[in-house]
This record gives sequence, structure tokens and C-alpha cells, in this order.
Amino acid sequence: MSFLDMDERLIELADKIELVYSPIADIKEFPENVDVTLVEGAVTNSENEEMAHLIRKNSRLVIAFGDCATTGNVTAMRNPFKVEDIQRRAYIELADKNQRIPDEYITIAQLLKTAKPLHEIIKVDIWLHGCPPTADQIWFAVNELLQGRIPVLPPAYLRYG
Amino acid sequence: MTVEDLRELAEKEQARQAEYEHRILYCSSAGCVSSGCDAVKNELKKAIGELDLSKKCEMIGTGCLGLCGEGPLVFVSSGPTLYQHVDAAAARRIVEEHIGQGKKVKENEIDLNDPFFASQKKIVLENMGKINAESIEEYIAADGYEALAKALTEMIPEEVISEIRKAGLRGRGGAGYPTGLKWDIVRKGVADQKYVVCNADEGDPGAFMDRSVLEGDPHRVLEGMAIAGYAVGANQGFIYVRAEYPLAIDRLKTAIKQAERLGLLGNGIFESHFNFRIDIRIGAGAFVCGEETALLRSVMGRRGRPKVRPPYPSEKGLWDKPTVINNVETYANVAPILRNGSGWFAAIGTQKSPGTKVFAIAGNVKRPGLIEVPMGIALRKIIFDIGGGTPEGTKFKAAQAGGPSGGCIPTEHLDILVDYESLQTVGAMMGSGGMIVIDDTSNMVEVAKYFSEFCMDESCGKCIPCRVGTKHIYMMLDKIVKGEATENDFDLLKELCVMVKETSLCGLGQSAPNGVISTVRFFKDEYLSKLKKSAEGNTHLNESSSVPVVKEA
Amino acid sequence: MSVITFTIDGEQYSAKEGDTILQVARDNKIPIPTLCYLEGLSTFGACRLCVVEIEGSPKLFPACTTKPTESMVVRTSTDKLKKYRRMIVELLASEGNHQCAVCVVNGHCELQDLAYEVELDHVRFPYLFPKKSLDATHKDFVIDRNRCVLCTRCVRVCHEVEAAHVWDIAGRGIDCEIIADLNQPWGTSPSCTSCGKCVRVCPTGALFDKGAAVGEMQKESGFIKFIVNARNKHEWVRTAHEEE
Repeated sequence: MSFLDMDERLIELADKIELVYSPIADIKEFPENVDVTLVEGAVTNSENEEMAHLIRKNSRLVIAFGDCATTGNVTAMRNPFKVEDIQRRAYIELADKNQRIPDEYITIAQLLKTAKPLHEIIKVDIWLHGCPPTADQIWFAVNELLQGRIPVLPPAYLRYG
Repeated sequence: MTVEDLRELAEKEQARQAEYEHRILYCSSAGCVSSGCDAVKNELKKAIGELDLSKKCEMIGTGCLGLCGEGPLVFVSSGPTLYQHVDAAAARRIVEEHIGQGKKVKENEIDLNDPFFASQKKIVLENMGKINAESIEEYIAADGYEALAKALTEMIPEEVISEIRKAGLRGRGGAGYPTGLKWDIVRKGVADQKYVVCNADEGDPGAFMDRSVLEGDPHRVLEGMAIAGYAVGANQGFIYVRAEYPLAIDRLKTAIKQAERLGLLGNGIFESHFNFRIDIRIGAGAFVCGEETALLRSVMGRRGRPKVRPPYPSEKGLWDKPTVINNVETYANVAPILRNGSGWFAAIGTQKSPGTKVFAIAGNVKRPGLIEVPMGIALRKIIFDIGGGTPEGTKFKAAQAGGPSGGCIPTEHLDILVDYESLQTVGAMMGSGGMIVIDDTSNMVEVAKYFSEFCMDESCGKCIPCRVGTKHIYMMLDKIVKGEATENDFDLLKELCVMVKETSLCGLGQSAPNGVISTVRFFKDEYLSKLKKSAEGNTHLNESSSVPVVKEA
Repeated sequence: MSVITFTIDGEQYSAKEGDTILQVARDNKIPIPTLCYLEGLSTFGACRLCVVEIEGSPKLFPACTTKPTESMVVRTSTDKLKKYRRMIVELLASEGNHQCAVCVVNGHCELQDLAYEVELDHVRFPYLFPKKSLDATHKDFVIDRNRCVLCTRCVRVCHEVEAAHVWDIAGRGIDCEIIADLNQPWGTSPSCTSCGKCVRVCPTGALFDKGAAVGEMQKESGFIKFIVNARNKHEWVRTAHEEE
């Protein structure tokens, strides 16, 4: 959403980049040979982990995008607790009906022991923090990349929360 | 009591001892207590009674006889003969054959010409195996309290300090600060009250020098403290002993009572105007309380946490008054220096580190025990001549000197001389005198992990680098040991260790990474061999990233 | 009173006897990051963020407790110091559970400010995610130990200024925690006067007003200096500098 906050600058951007994969674009497979991938969210389940490795393999630059990807943030608030306790709370104690932990479905990703920031799983090149990162921050970073430079965020763009 | 009374007492005691043909001294230090010296004691007593030899010999519990790995030990003054591995049966034979028939029990005898004994030089431990640890009379008979008498009757405080300075005595707690200089600062401090504190919070794993001195010769420490009190103008001393040393605490309590009874502590000692009393404070088992500022806070009943120095305790110590704080072994050196003169002491050891040092040798070594050697002795001599080297079939790998926060000295530096400065050049330190020998059956990363776990557990939590840094150091070492770490992790570990060392508040944090730093320096291969190779699927290493090339639209 | 002349980062400054390096630096707008230090309270010297280099010594010295001597040469922001400071903030961030996005002091937090000051883009150490407790038994305030950085400002202000000594530290090492009385629920503390000074001086969201929502809580630690000055020196003025 914060990405969309770039407003009219998006039009300018659209001329320069090709969006090859996104949760809002209808593309099923993560493509090969990607220049830059912005990864948002912490790595919290087995699917995230697999995806992180795939992204790394297929991307030249990986950007941890937002506080969750950088620090774990809200996603990591579950970490002091055991996975079973969290599941019991969510699926049994707080469920109105069908109280059971859905662990028999192999299609449902399993929670990792803790939610982790992206760089604890794969190599990350750039961190854009903020919850969410501001449009200006994103615009700065994208522009630097378009100029062929690895963006070094000026202190003014450093922002957690 | 006057000086004449003291000498009379000494002569009376010497005469009493001379009545016996044999003195049987069994080691009553904690090491031999735990290997069963009580049974030996009972059997000796029983045998002496049954054979009616009590006129011929007396039986005494004495301080540590040194060869702790071969206990229980019994020393018989006639001969003189030292017996090892003495059990009840051997104890009976010693009485029957050695005392009764004048024949040594060959099976248990240790050769006293062995380098273990011959390479040593005893000052601090001079009364070990000679006197009864619980008798003030025996201490006095061995020239005890002579030095205090001399100081109080023949010297002014400045002369005492000058004598200690000329002797070149340096703090035996680890850092090696000149003792005389410290006393001088306290002496010059202007205050209505000053204190003398003895640091007996020996917490290093594997170290038991101070405990042995307190258990075997407690009066020596009291005398040293009283002399310090006279020199600096203090009338109150505190001994801070850890609660894990119950026997030392008992012996100290007994010793203080005896000294008070004879007027060697209390008011108007040797009919001078000098008053001095000593109280015991028992620590609750925090390693950090061995750090002087934390120790002083603990003595005052506060939370044992270090504080920033300066001001040093010599300016603002207990209740903000000038305070001398020295280690047990430092005080134990004071009386011999005054008795024999500074020149005698300065001639022992090296020029910069005069005197002797007590070490507790432990680990993968044939003869673990308590030794005292002149400063400047080669490390090789300590480990191979005295300690007997590593057990059969293994090779020496490293010696860990200076406690959990010390460094590991590898084979190539075995010829290093053991003194304050030399040890620092290889990243180790004198510390209080623990020495752990490591052979090639141990992995150095795991050794470093063990010591870093100790430091992590003992961090007081005041400053951030130590509180959180030691935790991460431990976690990273654990990761390396498990084979899960990458080269990046290893680099970060090295960086973190240097940061914790340089920024921590007190000695604990500043030296906590030493174990890692020194093992990385000398045993880097052992670390590297445990790191994940890129070929084994290390995602961090085989990934390259680059700036995308932008095609102009 | 004698004046000491010494150098900070290549410039000469003068100090009154008894001044610390930090005081002189602050008076001359030389930035040195601090956390446990708070004007008006005793110095604690524990966060180690203010360490500086002094020429001629291999050691580092905390600026908050070190007094300058004549001709001393001090350096406050060498590459080494910057590296160490960043690492200290990383250690702090990894130690607690700091979720800025849902914190009452988001945007007004000294830990956040420090992260910006040391240009912390990510934390290289694994987060520890400890399980710490939260005590909401007090009628007006809450302590959330997940956000505590153990600077002990609350302990010191309560002991030194309010003279109630409600707070102290329990445990050791990584398990240290701030506790009320002898580890009793804060709300039941007979020694607490509910003055709220601890809440005002807390640099993070560990102590906060009940009912504050995300980002709503603003701290105002400058008033401690005013109180202490008023009490000790009978000076009843607040300068703009103190109100910062």
C-alpha cells in the first residue's frame, strides 16, 4: 500500500521498470532472472522460508522491505511463546467452532519455531525500514537503483515504526 | 601481649613439639577431605592409641601438601617422608611400621627429590605441611606474628610501606598493581576512617590457591592484614570469603578468635596505640564480587555490581573511605617480607615481578595440585617438570592461565616465562593463578565455549557489552560447535569479542572474550574446520548480488 | 576555581574543575550518544555508548564519568567508536522485544533515536525474543519489561529524587529485570508514591501511562535537572536546553 502512496510518481516508474511478480499481480511462479526483489514480511513459516531461498536464487538484489522483514516486528511478537501454545490459543481457545489445530493438511505451511527477519534466512542487500516505509524512502531507493547505485539511505530516511 | 611474651610462647611451643620423635601431619585441606582423609585421621588416631605411641608422636591436621591428585596425603616429619594415596590400611601401616619400627612404608612413599618438589620455592605456602592449621601457637612457633611485632615496635608506617615498595610486591589477584604504591595512596588519603579488605572471593573454575592458604595458614593472612592496617592507618579489616569455602570460613573464624584472645588483634596490639579488628563477610556466590568495586559494595550489604573507576577504592572505597583491597596471596607475602627484608624478597623471581606465585594446576595433567614457583619460571617447567605433563598417550595442546577470562597458551609458547608482562604478550594473564592444562583430546572451540558460558552466567548485567555481548558470544560459539555457523558468523564473532573487551565496564567483561580471542589466535583451524562450507549449501556465501544494469527506455 | 583547557575532536575547549567530558561536549553542542546518563541523576556509566578515545591510552573512557585533565586530547567519533556504538545499539535491539510499530513511544523513543544516530539499518545478531513480564497492576502506569533497556534511570530517580526506592534490579546478566519492592506487583507497592517520575525518565516504552495508544506517550526527562537544581542550588529556572 505504501508503494502505491508514491502516487503520480508510479506512472513515471512504470516506464522504467517491469513488474514481474507481486502479490497483487496474477503471476503464479516467481520468475527467473529478476533484477530487484522487494520482500516484505518476516519469515514465519516453511513456505516463507522456501520462497525466500527461491527469491534469493533468482534475484540479483534483495531488499528487505519494511520493519517486519528487517526486524521481525509485530510478526515476531509470537516468538517468546511456543508454537503449540500459539496454535492452541488461535485454533482451539478462541475458535467458535471446529476447534482443532489444522496440522494434518500438508498444504498448510507449518509455522517455524520463531518468526525471523529476512536476513537471518538469506543474504539481504538493502534494508528499507518503517512500518510502512514511506513513499519518499521507496522513491529514493528505487531511483538510486535506476541510476545504477546501491542506495545508502541518508539518516533522515532511517525510521523504525 | 608484649614481644617478649610472643617469643616466650614460641619457645614453649617449639619445646613442646621437640618432645615428640615424630609428627604425623595429615593434609586437612578440602581436596584431601573429599578424597577421604577423615577415615585416615581416625585410623591414625586409633592405631596410635592401640599401639600406645602417643608419647612418641603427635598427629596434626595441616594445610595443603600440594600433590592434590594423589591424596589423601600424610607427611611424617621424621625422615622426612610424604605418603600418597593413604587409605585406612596404609594409615595403620604408617603407624605400625614407620612410627613403631622406624621402617618407611615404601608402597606409598613419594620421592621428595622429584622435580614436583625440587622446582618449587615456598614463601606463601611455607607453613603447609609444617604446622597445625588450627593452632595459633604452632603459627607463632614458626615465626608467626614476628613481622607484626617488628612493624609495631620498630617501624613507623612509612617504613613499612617503603619496605613493601622496595620488595616490589605486586598484587597477586591478577592485575599486578604494586602493593606498596596502593598502600601509600591510602596512607596519604585524609579521612577519619580507613579500611583494609582481603579479597578471598576466589571464583575461577579450577583455582584453589586462596582457599588452600586460608585453610592451611589463616594467621598468615590476618598478620598481613594487620600490618597493612598499621601501614595505612586503618583499624578495621574485612575478609570477603565466598560461601562455597565453608572450611576456610571455619578456620578463619577460629584464627580470629585465637588472635583476639592473645591480643594480636584488638586494641593496643603489642602495647602500641594500634587497634585492629577483622570481620568476615561471606559472599553469596557471584563471580563478579571478586571485582574490587563489586566486592566492596557487597561488603556494605549492597548489590554486588562493579562501578566505574576512578575513583579507585584507595581513594573512595568502603563507605567512601580510603580502602586497601588486596588478594589473600598478597597479604600472605607481607609477613615474610618484613621478617626477611625487602632485599631477600626482591632477589627472588624477576626484576619486574619479584617473589613467587602460587598456582593451582588442574586439567589434563598427571600431577594436579597446588604449587608455588619463583616468578619468571618457564611455563614448560611448570607443566612438564612439576605437573608431569599430560596423561600417557595424549599430547599437550594448551595451558589456560588466568581463569575463565584468561587466555590459552599453545605449544609454541611453552618456553614463555611466567610473569605479569610476559603472559600478556600472548594474550593470557597471570590472573589469580589458576592453570588448566589441555591435551589434544579437547577441542579448543569447545574449551572457549565452556569458558564463555561461565562468563555469560556470571555477568552482573550492568553494562550492555557484557550483559548482551557475552550471551551472543556464547550463542555464536554454540552455533560453531554445532557446525551451523558460516564465515560471516565467525567474522562477526571476532568483531564482537574485540568490542566487548574494549567497551565493558569492569574486568569481567573486559576479559570475558579472552578465551575466544586467544583460541582464535592460536587455534584458528579448529574454528574454520567447524564452519559451514559453501559447497555444503551455505546460502550466504555462494550468493552474489550486483546492481542491475539499467537499459534506457 | 581552576579552568582546564583540553581538546575535543581537534578543537580546544575549557572546562571547570569537576566537569566531565560529556558536560563540556554537551555545552558545546558536540554530539555524544548516551542512554543511561540523565542530567540530575547520579552517573551510572553502564550503557558504554558515550565511550571516547583519549590520546595516549589504549583504553576507552565513558565521557559521562571521565573528567578532563589539562591538555587532554579527546576524540568522540572515530570509526572505531562509531562501529562500537552501532554494535551496542544492535545488542540492545536484539536483547528485548522492541516492536516500534505497536509501541506507545513510537516516534518519541530514545532507543529509536539512538538507532538513527548510529545509522542502524539492520541487526546482525539473532534476536533473543525473551519472555518478559508486563505489570499493569498500578492504577496509573504500566511497566512492560519487554521494552526495558536496564538503564536504571527509574531506579535512580526513585531513589535519589523521590526517595521512595520502589525500583531495583533482580537477577543477573541477561536475566536482569527491574522489580518493584521485593518483586511485588507494582500496584500493591506501599512505597510507591505514584509520582510518575520513573515513567517520565524512562527512555523507551517500558514505563508508560495507562491508556496511552501507539505513539501517544511523550517522555520529558529534562525536568529532573530542574528539580535537582531547585532543591540543591535554589535556582528555579528552566532553560530551553533543559526542556529539550
